[in-house]
Amino acid sequence: MAGNDTPWVLPSRGRVGMISLIIAESAIFMIFVAAYIFYIGKSLDGPTPRQVLKIPIFITVCLLSSSLTMHWAIATLRKGKTASFNVFWLITLVLGAIFLAGTGREWQHLIYQEGFTIQTNLFGTTYYSLVGLHASHVTAGLIGLTIVAILGLAGKIKREHSERCEVFALYWHFVDAVWVVVFTVVYIVGR
Amino acid sequence: MASESIALRVHKSPLHVVYECVATADHKKIGLMYIVYALLFLVVMGIEAILMRIQLSHANATFLSPEVFNRLFTLHGTTGVFFVAMPILFGFGNYLVPLMIGARDMAFPRLNAFSFWMTAFGGFFLYASFFAGGGLSQAGSAPDVGWFAYAPLTSPTFSPGHSTDYWTLSLLLAGVGSIGAAVNFIATILCMRCPGMTLSRMPLLAWMNLVMGGLILVTISPLTAAQLMLMADRYIGGHFFDTAAGGSVVMWMHFFWIFGHPEVYVLIIPCFGFVSEIVPVFSRKAMFGYPAMVAASVSIGFVSLGVWAHHMFTVGMPSYGNAFFVLTTMVVAVPTGIKIFNWLATIWGGKIRFATPMLFCIGFLFQFLIAGLTGIMLATAPFDWQLSASYFVVAHFHYVIVGGILFTIFAAFYYWYPKITGRMLNETLGKWHFWIFLIGFHLTFDFMHIPGLLGMPRRVYTYEAGRGWETWNMISSIGAIFQAAGILIFVYNMIVSYFHGALAGNDPWDAWTLEWATTSPPPDYNFAGVPAVRSRRPLWDIKHPDDPDWKYE
Repeated sequence: MAGNDTPWVLPSRGRVGMISLIIAESAIFMIFVAAYIFYIGKSLDGPTPRQVLKIPIFITVCLLSSSLTMHWAIATLRKGKTASFNVFWLITLVLGAIFLAGTGREWQHLIYQEGFTIQTNLFGTTYYSLVGLHASHVTAGLIGLTIVAILGLAGKIKREHSERCEVFALYWHFVDAVWVVVFTVVYIVGR
Repeated sequence: MASESIALRVHKSPLHVVYECVATADHKKIGLMYIVYALLFLVVMGIEAILMRIQLSHANATFLSPEVFNRLFTLHGTTGVFFVAMPILFGFGNYLVPLMIGARDMAFPRLNAFSFWMTAFGGFFLYASFFAGGGLSQAGSAPDVGWFAYAPLTSPTFSPGHSTDYWTLSLLLAGVGSIGAAVNFIATILCMRCPGMTLSRMPLLAWMNLVMGGLILVTISPLTAAQLMLMADRYIGGHFFDTAAGGSVVMWMHFFWIFGHPEVYVLIIPCFGFVSEIVPVFSRKAMFGYPAMVAASVSIGFVSLGVWAHHMFTVGMPSYGNAFFVLTTMVVAVPTGIKIFNWLATIWGGKIRFATPMLFCIGFLFQFLIAGLTGIMLATAPFDWQLSASYFVVAHFHYVIVGGILFTIFAAFYYWYPKITGRMLNETLGKWHFWIFLIGFHLTFDFMHIPGLLGMPRRVYTYEAGRGWETWNMISSIGAIFQAAGILIFVYNMIVSYFHGALAGNDPWDAWTLEWATTSPPPDYNFAGVPAVRSRRPLWDIKHPDDPDWKYE
């Protein structure tokens, strides 16, 4: 029968587990995006998105490039080049941190200069919850990135860990992909 | 071997057992904890049901106050779905799936323990609302917004105090636990199968748990999202469901039922797995139409994602919306019908053994069919306009949940109890349990359809005399007593058989799946050697080396 002489290979449980988690997270984001789209233009009073939101080009570029550097980090780790892995990984970490800081500055501006909060109107409620949900995922990612970065600098990350780093990278790519959706919905369609 | 491990079990000190429970990451112990936890809450929700049935047994009753009645039906529903049905199915899945696919544990044992404790704390948290947050002495302790908690009833204006927060947070906790469990099930089933166990040879129970896991990922998450929104509204002044700020309460309905309807399939699909394991063994035939069964389950999973608004026909959707949800809902009947025919064809011409597990499965087949038929009636929008939120609906979904889900769970208990404990459940008591519970079930829920047709709305704490509802309600309440008696026999049977039941041996039912290849109860490592599988019935191959299944598959 088939299967007796061919080797018995099953998918990696780390990858399957992470993909499952990503599906679940996508469903959460889908609901928040649906709420955002449904409430576009339905706020009873101002401010409107066009009055307060500026398109965050710089931090978007940072976050999207961090996917690329993450990819390079993993590729170099697979070849066993741990030094360049550390460099790429740290760049990823810095790019992610710049993004989060950028979101923080945007929020600070909105709250203290514009007086625009989650309580202001429907736009505020949906904007802060959707962007905040994404930012919380970036934060979780940054925590993971930092832990691996510390281990990497201590020389503990070797070639055999590339599989695990790759599973983590799946999450980071997901966070980036979600930003593409959030960016489109909040700053282009919604504005 | 079996008696030896039973002897070991008895000599553990209670403290040691507690320590093992808290610290364990073993799939069998976690499975058992899920099951015990769920049985505890089954009794709690049963008591809530009995109290409500006493109140409704006659007109103008004053046994319960309206406030208490509201809390009881809220907790009864919430507990039933989240803290009885889901944990009990997770428990069986946890215990059985690794054994059935020849693995030593789940893919992520610690995530497994984490998921259990999240679910468990969710349930305890819900009931803590009775004592904390202004409970006991003040009004408004336990949640009273109904299990689907429609907005704006949950807004701070209409739900002051913290009762609704308890509801929200407990479901959020349980939701995180469920998502963890689903991730674990999927990873286990896809990545931990023993050599030779291809997807097309996997026991149907494992298949059903895979489908359940996939469904949980896309259904529990929307609920989690909706709970986050509700918390934003209640705590930090959000306006998601706040009509005063232009928010929409209908959006909550959509988000809740995007979760709520597939949730029913999350619950029933593993039960299909139980039936698909038990019916062949007690008919002494291989499962009829295995690929059709798998295909039907997967398609039920997909179709169930597009039917949610049949809960909302009375909201006033546009006609094309109504038509869409009527059609998708009716489409569910097709794969479900395929399943019923497959089970019947498995029984057909078989050498049937009417042991207790089989009795409960046969009860399931009849009752699930009727539940499906009333489901199709309610799927017809005009019919639903008349009967939505009436006792007809209550009777319909209890037919699914009690007549379908609970009956198969009982079957699963009688079937796998010997594997889990090493001792058989008493057959005589089992038959008493079956017949008394069957009578009680039909008394309660068959007759509950009628006051619904006569116009009795759900969730009323009492009703006036002279509307023709009294007799039917009285019959339903009498049925509840029978059901309680059945449950008592079941609990008594489980306790007595644990100590005095006949020794089961490895394979008391002469079954064909891998869990029966190891000892009862199984050792910590499940299998001494990693099994290898060549067909869908590996134990048949071992028992009949002259005529193995793999020659024909």
